[in-house]
Amino acid sequence: MAAEGTPLLELEGLSKRFGPVQALDRVDFTVSAGEVVGLVGDNGAGKSTLVKAIAGINPPDDGTIRFEGREVRIHKPQDATELGIATVYQDLALCDNLDVVNNLFLGREEVAAGPGVATRQLDEVKMEHETADLLSNLAVTIPSLRSEVGTLSGGQRQQVAVARSLLGEPKVVMLDEPTAALGVPQTKQVLELIRRLRERNLGVVVISHNLVDVFAICDRVFVLRLGKAAGEFKAEDATEEHVVAAITGVGDGREKGHEQQDQERRNQPQEGEEERA
Amino acid sequence: MSATDAATAEESTEGRSTTGQAIRRLVQGDLSSVRVVLGLVVIAIIFQVQEERFLSAQNLTNLMLQITTIGLISVGIVFVLLLGEIDLSVGAVSGLSAAVMAVLSVNHGWNAYLAIAAAVAVGASIGFLQGSLFSRFVVPSFVVTLAGLLAWEGALLQVLGKTGSLNINDPKITGLANTFYSDTVGWIFAAVIVAAYGAVLATGYRKRVSAGLADGGALPMIVRFVFLSAIVIAAVAILNSDRGVPLAVMILLGFVVGMEYVAKRTTFGRHVFAVGGNAEAARRAGIRVNGVRVAVFTISGSMAAIGGVMAASRLFAVNQNSGGNELLLLAIAGPVIAGTSLFGGRGSVWTALLGALVIGSISNGMDLLSLSSAVKLMVTGGVLLLAVLVDAVARQQRQTSGRV
Repeated sequence: MAAEGTPLLELEGLSKRFGPVQALDRVDFTVSAGEVVGLVGDNGAGKSTLVKAIAGINPPDDGTIRFEGREVRIHKPQDATELGIATVYQDLALCDNLDVVNNLFLGREEVAAGPGVATRQLDEVKMEHETADLLSNLAVTIPSLRSEVGTLSGGQRQQVAVARSLLGEPKVVMLDEPTAALGVPQTKQVLELIRRLRERNLGVVVISHNLVDVFAICDRVFVLRLGKAAGEFKAEDATEEHVVAAITGVGDGREKGHEQQDQERRNQPQEGEEERA
Repeated sequence: MSATDAATAEESTEGRSTTGQAIRRLVQGDLSSVRVVLGLVVIAIIFQVQEERFLSAQNLTNLMLQITTIGLISVGIVFVLLLGEIDLSVGAVSGLSAAVMAVLSVNHGWNAYLAIAAAVAVGASIGFLQGSLFSRFVVPSFVVTLAGLLAWEGALLQVLGKTGSLNINDPKITGLANTFYSDTVGWIFAAVIVAAYGAVLATGYRKRVSAGLADGGALPMIVRFVFLSAIVIAAVAILNSDRGVPLAVMILLGFVVGMEYVAKRTTFGRHVFAVGGNAEAARRAGIRVNGVRVAVFTISGSMAAIGGVMAASRLFAVNQNSGGNELLLLAIAGPVIAGTSLFGGRGSVWTALLGALVIGSISNGMDLLSLSSAVKLMVTGGVLLLAVLVDAVARQQRQTSGRV
């Protein structure tokens, strides 16, 4: 599924450095509505940095971000949320002691009308109703909405976390390693859920180490290597070998000797300094 | 308990109500209140067999008066425990606040209600200060409140001055713990409580039915209603056959019900549970975690002050021992015994009342049997240890069997 018209989210020349480390180096990246993009790369390739830059946790040093065609600035997580960018982190950030309904509405509880307003009384019935609607829309099945999240399986917890990110009606959802540490049937459930996000015409970014999963759901695969864009593939045209080659930086025609790589790394900080000067 | 609880219990039993499950839930704390009620029955039987005065109306009334202070302080402690924190200063704060009230009332001739308000303000300010220090500087609450324990005990001695004790003679203050209502008023209380509880259950159930969320029928709610009504009626009958329903009991009950509402039904209460369960998740969800923490410690300080006022009223005096001895540990032990977790995120304000009843019964029964302090302390320690072990085992069970 190729991008049509203006992409939903468009990054141009995004750079970020942490001290001497150039974590992101002039990365261009796009996501369109109804598209699932896999973001892959080795450890330290800059995947998380890229997601955190978009999510407003670590704003980039340089580069432009366009959302629905207009240039935007994302300095803090709230900026991203207000634009309609939701992020589901790997640790899910769920309260195990609260039930599904309460986790979904955590921090945005519905307050009951009537005399309860003064005490900010919870409207449990409304929240449970909306939870049931949302989960059935996503075809997520959970034994009871009132069961504690801590008693759910890993796959169910992941699905609850994804469902929660949808409450704010985002346009782009970024998922950090959604299938890590899940068993086969649970992975299947989560991938199924990601497909339904695409059906809802959301732009989805999936960070993953698991190329099988990436090929199973993604329309496009975007490879980062040492902070730079190292290849972009249409999932239908590419094979795992192509992607692995891009991730490791061997055998894709851009092969470089070790000397050259080291040279490049040594040069990076200097380049950055020049830019700043 | 509340209508939501009833519904929750109902749903979680759905489809998997084997005996094994029921036993596991009993151990794991879903049914901890049932566990405690059973414990109370056992305690009552043990003491009644050895001393027939134990279940007399007079002794049960005394018991209710004895647990008021611990119960009130425990109400605040429950909130601190829900955060997974601890407040070791509540005993000292209750003593200091009561001393402030006594000095203002006796030495300065303040109006009783103003003096009480000042005492509560002192407790609230101390709680606010300790909560702020704890959340602002990320010092363990254990240490901040341990420092508080020493400092406020010193302040108590300072406030009381050379005599070291003050007798309270204002009837408005002493009346708090020494007023008993007539039989008629007692029955009116009973009727109001039963009617209000029925109304809350019924509206909650009707709301769920109209939203299409009703499941499992109304039977569990009816059982709850009948059970609670029977307890209320029995309690009023017993209290009436002695001196009548004490004002102190109504005050304790009022705070328990009111604070249970805050904990379970309001946005603030939900945030307390969230911070206690996973502070990082709460922070990312946009909850002002430090604000919640400061508020909780302020509640704890205020409830300690209110408990201190009740203790002073009952004793007709404040002295250097006020708020001392084992009051602090019993106020913390009570809710834990009754099922509020020391690890945060689990519990209810009812455990303040139930726990105070358990601890109060044991202490009262041992007094009746004229056991020595040595035995009393060891037994109380044993009960506390048992409660903490049950809590820890329940937690381990949740962790191992929880994530299927």
